Amino acid sequence: MSVPFVSILRTGLANLASVCAAFERLNVGWKVIEVEEEILDSDYLVLPGVGSFGACMEGLEKRALVSPLRERFSVGKPLLSICLGMQLAGQESEESPGSEGLGVVAGPVIRLPDTYSVPQIGWNKVISSPNHRYIRDGYAYFANSYAFGATVVGWDVATFDYGGEYVAAMERGPQLICQFHPELSGEWGETLLKRWLGLGVA
Amino acid sequence: MGRNSFKALARFGGGLMLTTRIIPCLDCRDGRVVKGVQFQNLRDAGNPVELSKAYEKQGADELIILDVSATPEGRGHQVDTVKAVRKRLRIPLTCGGGVRRLEDASRLLDAGADKVSVNTAAVINPLIIDEMAKQFGSQCTILAIDAAWNNDLGSWEVIVRSGTERLPKKATDWAREAQERGCGEILLTSWDRDGTRSGYDLKMLTAIRAVVGIPIIASGGANSPQHMKDAIDVGVDAVLAASIFHDGDYTVDRLKKELRELGGEVRL
Repeated sequence: MSVPFVSILRTGLANLASVCAAFERLNVGWKVIEVEEEILDSDYLVLPGVGSFGACMEGLEKRALVSPLRERFSVGKPLLSICLGMQLAGQESEESPGSEGLGVVAGPVIRLPDTYSVPQIGWNKVISSPNHRYIRDGYAYFANSYAFGATVVGWDVATFDYGGEYVAAMERGPQLICQFHPELSGEWGETLLKRWLGLGVA
Repeated sequence: MGRNSFKALARFGGGLMLTTRIIPCLDCRDGRVVKGVQFQNLRDAGNPVELSKAYEKQGADELIILDVSATPEGRGHQVDTVKAVRKRLRIPLTCGGGVRRLEDASRLLDAGADKVSVNTAAVINPLIIDEMAKQFGSQCTILAIDAAWNNDLGSWEVIVRSGTERLPKKATDWAREAQERGCGEILLTSWDRDGTRSGYDLKMLTAIRAVVGIPIIASGGANSPQHMKDAIDVGVDAVLAASIFHDGDYTVDRLKKELRELGGEVRL
């Protein structure tokens, strides 16, 4: 079996060190990419993201990366999107009213209720379903103030609870999008990445 | 009842699945961990990489590495330390100590920190909080507040420059201001309790909880799982400890097991 090659898209000012380190630990090939062709051509595309929804979408538009990303989602090639990278897949976000997201996931991104501390920073329980290829129950590390409400359709959704039910992650074919940070979620997160890359774990 | 008193109650009342983070803190000087660490089976207890991995293995939820080097030359090691730790660490890493400018924070994040804490520099120039939040996001931006009770002030005063300077500034006001500026988390250390092993300053934690809705990490004085449960009950999101782990009194997993028996929500 050949070693998978991972392309990590620079989405702006986001800190990529932890994501890169995670793939380095898995002994797979990886590189950071910046341009359109690579988005469509890469075998395993990672869309990380830290920062604000509006600023990040603006950056993607300026670099003409919005259409190739939409296309990448629609052709169904392997893709992992993390945290803000997940929220960008939505139509819009309460974080940046007026900014249009990629719109490949139906449903808005909403602010977490202030019943508890916001941002949510820490390890919360992920509830998976038997349909999931990659996601399993377990604790994952989150750092977010916004999330998809658990009403998303068309994807197999795993949830977390934060004074309401929200989407922890969702998958469709070889596409996996996570609100939490698999790269910071210890052994559980590492195993999730291995499953996504087909590195032979159950 | 204010929203934040409700927050403490909501957490106390249960139902929340987000677990309380247990965070060991490593003080590093010139690239080495200071304070004698008493660990079994560790070849080099002063090596931040080995110690970080050991804590991850024990079940730590996050690590904080603070650079306490006395000189800028000493601080030069911090980026190398962070890079080396990041290579192997699979849990979140927060770094602080000597962050003066935006570029310092940027260097630490590029090296592999997930969050950066700023202390004295923010007191001198609060705009650094706004800049960090704008550039890196609130969830990366932590304000470390060191504070002690002041009778004349009738409140807790902010302490800077590693304890050498006290300011007529209330910790409660400072925390509220930081939140408005975009800070995503407060690391609150009690100078009255630090090193005393007599428990966290619950009154101070309660006072800060009442004025901010962002997460609070309690620090200073922890010596037992009960101390941590007490802090959780006043609404903190995470507890930091150093000597209780470094001295070998508790491993993180044993502490978590006892904390769970006391009714705390932890990741085990």
